[in-house]
Amino acid sequence: MTASDVLDAGTPSATRALGDLPKNRRARIVAIHTSDDALEATLREIGFAEGDEVEILHYGPLGRKPLCVRLNETLVALRPTEAAAIRVETIA
Amino acid sequence: MSEAAAMERPAVGGAAETKAAGRHFTVALMGAPNCGKSTLFNGLTGGRARVANYPGATVEMRYGEAALPSGRKVRMVDLPGVYGVNPRSRDEQVAVDLVSGAGGEGRPDLILALIDASTLRTHLHSILQMKRLGAPMIVVLNMMDLARRDGLELDVDLLAKRLGVPTVTAWATRSAGREAVLKALDAALDAPPPVPSVDLTEDLKATQSDARAIAAEAIVRDPTAHKLTRQIDAVVLHPVLGPFILAALLFFVFQAVFSWSAAPMEAIEGAIGAIGEFVRGAMPPTWYRSLIVDGAIAGVGSVVVFLPQILILFAFILALEASGYMARAAFLMDELMMRVGLNGRAFIPLLSSFACAIPGIMAARVISCERDRITTILIAPLMTCSARLPVYSIMIGAFIPASSVGLFNLQGLVLFALYLIGVVSAVTVAFILKRTAARGETQALIMELPTYKAPEAGYFLIGLWTRASAFLKRAGTIILATSIGLWFLAAYPTNASGLRETYAGRLGAVLEPLLKPIGFNLEIAIALVPGMAAREVAISALGTIYAIQNPEENDGALIDALQSAWSLPTALAFLAWFVFAPQCFATLATIRRETNSWRWTGFAFAYLTGLAYAASAVTYWTARAVIG
Repeated sequence: MTASDVLDAGTPSATRALGDLPKNRRARIVAIHTSDDALEATLREIGFAEGDEVEILHYGPLGRKPLCVRLNETLVALRPTEAAAIRVETIA
Repeated sequence: MSEAAAMERPAVGGAAETKAAGRHFTVALMGAPNCGKSTLFNGLTGGRARVANYPGATVEMRYGEAALPSGRKVRMVDLPGVYGVNPRSRDEQVAVDLVSGAGGEGRPDLILALIDASTLRTHLHSILQMKRLGAPMIVVLNMMDLARRDGLELDVDLLAKRLGVPTVTAWATRSAGREAVLKALDAALDAPPPVPSVDLTEDLKATQSDARAIAAEAIVRDPTAHKLTRQIDAVVLHPVLGPFILAALLFFVFQAVFSWSAAPMEAIEGAIGAIGEFVRGAMPPTWYRSLIVDGAIAGVGSVVVFLPQILILFAFILALEASGYMARAAFLMDELMMRVGLNGRAFIPLLSSFACAIPGIMAARVISCERDRITTILIAPLMTCSARLPVYSIMIGAFIPASSVGLFNLQGLVLFALYLIGVVSAVTVAFILKRTAARGETQALIMELPTYKAPEAGYFLIGLWTRASAFLKRAGTIILATSIGLWFLAAYPTNASGLRETYAGRLGAVLEPLLKPIGFNLEIAIALVPGMAAREVAISALGTIYAIQNPEENDGALIDALQSAWSLPTALAFLAWFVFAPQCFATLATIRRETNSWRWTGFAFAYLTGLAYAASAVTYWTARAVIG
């Protein structure tokens, strides 16, 4: 149905939601899509874009929420629910 | 008027025409949150920024005047940070409205589009978006010194060419770093840069990819990650250590407010007492001697004493705000706040309410979910503001012994407990509100965490001075006026045989039956009325009342008068009252403005007063039962 699903099928390194990335594992954003247009715009305006490098650096103290993510040279805090809109693939 | 002015302003030669028409050339500072706009603004305007107080929706804009090298002047507008040009919250709306001319202020003649040079790759799309706003623009690559130190290598000329607008580099904290901006402004006055061509797509994804392509061309070498920030975060955001450090930090602040202030407060108290004695000795015993000594000096003096505590509290808050730690605190608290029904973004407004609820309530504008914003506004007055410090401090000083409990000072512990009661009540109220009056979805947290920076000494001192002068100004105006007014009411008619027969006593007697069940005496009833203006006025009012009652033994210390006149249950009930009572017109007026609703304002007043009354009653009767 979406670009990332196609990628899922076609590439050996499957994509996953940003929230499911192991800590300190570098990854590249392959797609940002959600049914919530406002959320997608918010994520893009704060800087998330296809091709950008991300990495989870820290988790919040309760229930591993929220996430502290390195986005290129910036740090962004967001919750797993919103991070689910960002599909990533790990970088070797 | 703004429409016409905008029409008459062609892209070329506009500056000369607007100057001829007597209008100031206006430059708006725009850019992502935390990219150094306000620092540049203060630098360009010489730190004499007029911080607008309460003129409606434009409250967060700051105006100032920058003197250019040519001797000409331009008007500068500092705007709230926006990531793009699609506002999602009220503070962003203010910024976008101004530059698009929808704010009724007239469009700026020029936009200074700021970007933190070290985040160029990630944030460049916001510059492309701003080009669509239809105003001449200069791009400022700010914090260039830090970016270069971190290894950024950049082809600025190429970037300017690709962006199609003049581009300069800056480091706003130093005057040398602001030279290029000033020169560019001078050049823009002579010949404003053309309105950027708008062959840009509306699509954000396409804009991002354009921006990434430009950045890839212009950036010769990327900066390396901020090593220090990562090292500090490893400790401060640690799942176990992090919350512990946050709690310890807050506790330390309250202990410091109490223990570091003791000596300077004693000195100020002594000085005020000496001034009172000097005036008393130097003047004949007339009515105006009493007005000056018992009204003005005792009233204003009883509040000015608290300047050291206020300064210590603000020093900590300013340092935390400047360091970058506040966003980390919001990160640590987010899940906990979420479970209560708020979001992490509410943590910073609530924390700044410890200084004063008014900026706290306004800071709630960053919360884009309306229900969350209203809830935050309604509970902000429960955060113990600095105006409550004089009340708490004098009651604790008079009735709580200064003994040690383990490592801690008992007075400091009681103060911490009072703050804690405020916080716990706020959380409880929020929890109930989210399930009743303010039901609704809770907004997502998406927030950038800034790199750590050492607070700039100059900026810190200016901030501290602003707060100190605001406090002293209140003492010299509202508090002086109410002290003098109350002095007349409490000193006349002169044939009164006691406080009860004075005008003030007669007024207080109207409220007394209502307040007697919660342990309040006539003096408190009288003090609460002017105390509606501001909380600390209740203390200056008591200062005046007791000074008139005991003119002979008055040495300026209200504490002694209270110790002999009040029972412990009454003192504790008075403390409980001030944890909750909305005794501050300015806060209520701010709630009215920010919610744009008399219903929410009335609700806030009613629930806070109700809580205050109930808490005082419970405290009074429990204390009486325990003490016997």
